[in-house]
Amino acid sequence: MNQTPIYTEFHPRWYRRRTSTYWWLRRPSYLAFILRELSSLFVAWFVIFTLVQIQALSQGAEGYQRFQDWSKQPVVLIVNLIALFFVVFHAITWFKLAPQAMVIRLHGKRVPAAWIAGSNYVVWALASALVAWIILGG
Amino acid sequence: MSDTIILHVARYRPEIETEPTFQEYQTPCRKDWVVLDALNYIKDKVDGTLSYRWSCRMGICGSCGMTVNGEPKLTCAAFLTDYAPGPVRVEPLRNFPIMRDLVIEMSDFMRKLVQVKPWLIRAEEKPLSEGEYLQTPEELDEYKQFSMCINCMLCYAACPVYGLEPHFIGPAALALAQRYNLDSRDQGGRERMELLSDHTGIWGCTFVGECTKACPKSVDPAAAIQRYKLKAALEWFKSFLMPRGTS
Repeated sequence: MNQTPIYTEFHPRWYRRRTSTYWWLRRPSYLAFILRELSSLFVAWFVIFTLVQIQALSQGAEGYQRFQDWSKQPVVLIVNLIALFFVVFHAITWFKLAPQAMVIRLHGKRVPAAWIAGSNYVVWALASALVAWIILGG
Repeated sequence: MSDTIILHVARYRPEIETEPTFQEYQTPCRKDWVVLDALNYIKDKVDGTLSYRWSCRMGICGSCGMTVNGEPKLTCAAFLTDYAPGPVRVEPLRNFPIMRDLVIEMSDFMRKLVQVKPWLIRAEEKPLSEGEYLQTPEELDEYKQFSMCINCMLCYAACPVYGLEPHFIGPAALALAQRYNLDSRDQGGRERMELLSDHTGIWGCTFVGECTKACPKSVDPAAAIQRYKLKAALEWFKSFLMPRGTS
């Protein structure tokens, strides 16, 4: 099959449509996808934030106090709140998609999608509980 | 409910116009009529110049895919009453060049279908005297879902990646490759790997998931692609850990 057809008098021009730059506004599911992609920036932000926090810890009590004062600023708080929303959005949308990518069989039968998504939530809750225990109780 | 409905049908006549326009038609709106019936009514009774593809009228041939009210649909399965009181906007499938009216140009898709080698590949053919290649029901279940594709191209019309990056192999062809990769009789996984693990193959997919929603046959191409990504990543990891691996 020829990739670039030759136009002749008897081969009328095809009409090629361009995908609009704003294609992702066309339907809610496209928008949700773009927001999910965007959320990776906020995941990266939290990684950097944590690294800076660890670095501040290594500088002793005074250095950590400086970090705490900086992170208490309204701007940083707002950025962190937005980042939290996106990270939760990221986690939930990926957990929802996980069963599509994973096929697990138990005793020859396929494990239902809800179990795979559910187990992600269970691990999430356990990890959160562990972190909370270390910070608050430990 | 009104017994007629208005259809806004996209027209593109390359000999007289440079871009598509819409034409309004009024057709009966019967309970048992689908959008394709309305188009056939227009063709037979109102305007014989309207061009579109169709064949089986029962969701098997995959010819009548069009954009109905913005959604990629098989028009033989899109009931008019679901769009009442109308108007219903009928356009050609998105992401493909338009030849005429509702007819799209599909040779790009046909080329990609062949590229993924959608047939059983054997390292060595068994002699006929040894009989057929047997398969258990479980082995059939592994790939059956992905074998239900009717090549209607609705997934290509739904996929924004294909719209933006025409070199992307696309959902149906990748799902078809996976159909053969998962077949216990096939040994061509490695042969397909090079093409599939390219950036125009599985890694071009960003998991928007719209192909799966658009699919009229519940093939779930998005799942096929993600599973293949998982497998390709594991293979890479294995070769990284064991560079002189056995297989």
